[in-house]
Amino acid sequence: MGYVAVKGGTDAIHNSQELVEFYRLKDAVTPLDIKQIRSQLRLAVDKVIGEGGLYAPDYAAIALKQAEGEVFEAAFILRAFRTTLQRRYYSETINTREMFVKRKISASFREIPGGQILGPTRDYTQRILDTSKAVETPEDVEKFLKTFESKINRDKLQSIKTYAKVIDLLKEEGLLKRVDPNEDRSLADITREAIRFPAPRSARLQMMCRAETGGLMAMGYSSMRGFGSAHPTVGELRYGSLPVRIKDPSGRVRYAGKIEVTEAEMVSSVSVGKKKAIPKFTIGYGLCFGQNDTKVICMGILDTTMRSPDVNAPANDQEFVLYHTEGIESMGFTNHLKLPHYVDFQSGLNSIRAAMDRNTEKAPEQKQGEPTLLPL
Amino acid sequence: MVENKKYVNKYNFAFIDEATKKEIRRKLLKAVAIPGYQVPYSSPEMPISRGWGTGGLHVTLAVIGKADVFKIIDQGSDASVNACNLREFVHMMTNCKTTYDTTEATLIQTRHRIVEEELNENQIYIYQVPQPEPLRSVERYENKTRQMHGEADYAKMWVSLYESFVRHGDIMFGAGYPVKVNDRYVMAPSPIPKWDIPNINDSKALHLFGAGREKRLYAVPPYTKVEPLEFEDVKFHPEDFSSYECFKTGYNKAYLDELYFDDGSKHYVINDSNFLDKMVGHAPLNQHSNKYLDKLKHEQE
Repeated sequence: MGYVAVKGGTDAIHNSQELVEFYRLKDAVTPLDIKQIRSQLRLAVDKVIGEGGLYAPDYAAIALKQAEGEVFEAAFILRAFRTTLQRRYYSETINTREMFVKRKISASFREIPGGQILGPTRDYTQRILDTSKAVETPEDVEKFLKTFESKINRDKLQSIKTYAKVIDLLKEEGLLKRVDPNEDRSLADITREAIRFPAPRSARLQMMCRAETGGLMAMGYSSMRGFGSAHPTVGELRYGSLPVRIKDPSGRVRYAGKIEVTEAEMVSSVSVGKKKAIPKFTIGYGLCFGQNDTKVICMGILDTTMRSPDVNAPANDQEFVLYHTEGIESMGFTNHLKLPHYVDFQSGLNSIRAAMDRNTEKAPEQKQGEPTLLPL
Repeated sequence: MVENKKYVNKYNFAFIDEATKKEIRRKLLKAVAIPGYQVPYSSPEMPISRGWGTGGLHVTLAVIGKADVFKIIDQGSDASVNACNLREFVHMMTNCKTTYDTTEATLIQTRHRIVEEELNENQIYIYQVPQPEPLRSVERYENKTRQMHGEADYAKMWVSLYESFVRHGDIMFGAGYPVKVNDRYVMAPSPIPKWDIPNINDSKALHLFGAGREKRLYAVPPYTKVEPLEFEDVKFHPEDFSSYECFKTGYNKAYLDELYFDDGSKHYVINDSNFLDKMVGHAPLNQHSNKYLDKLKHEQE
């Protein structure tokens, strides 16, 4: 027997902390270098900075190492770290038309301004387990890089410019639905102010930007599959880097650095207002840190669905989507079930035993101190 | 390898940055000014999981000063693993003295219990709240529950209490029994047992509630009326331990835990670990008094 007055809790925690560190290191292999994680686990790092809500790839790599590769946990560590930093500035509005494009595709048109650029994507790799990766050597890496670089025309690289967007084509033709003048366009900051419902679009996009990819995917997919009516087309999906600028106290706009983002503009058709109104196109928008196509596509779908509230379709319900795709919160609460609840449970027991007594369906009450009759 | 200097941790006193602490304090002042009203706040992420006491921690870290003495319990126990973990964190970030002794503490953070000993005017009692919205069981949408509070429209809540009575012969709420504060707001007291509910009423201490995941703060100022929801003919009642007793002390006018020993035998023990320690050590005890407990004591005499 060991119980309440035992002060073993602290020891237990310390031992458990030590043990988990042992599990991380027990095979005594070479410790992972942060650079290796940042570089070779690039997409994991991207998820962590996105869901952690802090553009800090180095810190994200450390968090991934610390969390033994658990992305939820690493994102959580990064968010907690973020709390210790004061918000000093808001960046100037980022203009994604300035993007240095690394990938740019459209499903709506065969040809788009600047062409379709697949860029780095696993979309058309055959997902065959490549066992040669098991024996990859630094020499292999070097050899690959050498051959690859020899194929690059550096003169051409200089001439890469920015491209017009697909949605501009639609806009010029008057095919896009105008923004509803009654829409709440106030700018929220969900990191400084708890979200309130109905939330302005800015808050919805911010929430989704930090949301868990899998959660967004489940919601977005549900709407396409049948529990809703999303039927979008990828207007344009881009991945690339963007300059970030901030205004210093003297009012001068200064360049702060570059961030990598993925952006999606999802096109769906809607009928505006009354039943007989002419249908138009509307854009659902998605943007996140790093490269994550799935996330921005689902953001785009959900941006559209949440604009037409419908309690019968989970994806059209702001509160449902935004509260439940928040990964750090849902993970925390789900895991809190592991905490002791014996006080609340005792209270419930008390009520249920009394209710059974009232119904004369008396539960066999075991007297205090008597051993149980049930075989253990 | 990355240059180490870049990654040395330096944290502000009490972890949270000052601007955010100020924000939390302002929201707490609003909460105190409108007893029982849920004030939305920023709720920054803590290095503790959501749902594991982040709201309580925000409150603690926003109000703690260097001279404070900090006590934290979970399920009534100072030794519970989560309480130990949070105690270490608060200590690490503030270097404040920590204690198990209820009377010595100036700040007490709790999960799911109010200590058995009476609180005083110099103490702040901080609750970790999983679900701040008492109406969530009858209305799932946040914008609707806010409206219901605004209009003091608690009809659905009353109906649910009534239905519970009709179906089961009693109001079946266990932990987290809804209360009305200052004759105005219905409030979730956090999942404390019914045993503890009367001890918030007219308390000498300031009671602060933090729901981190749901991003709400609320408060019950000292000497405020807090009543459990009940009908004229169907009354609230605390848990009944009259037929059991603590196997260590023989006492049964405190909240008891049900234990099963290795041979499967059932025993009861006082839940509040400091209260139990003091009672076993014959230290002076000043238990809360409330009408239910007083009646119980009176009946036994």
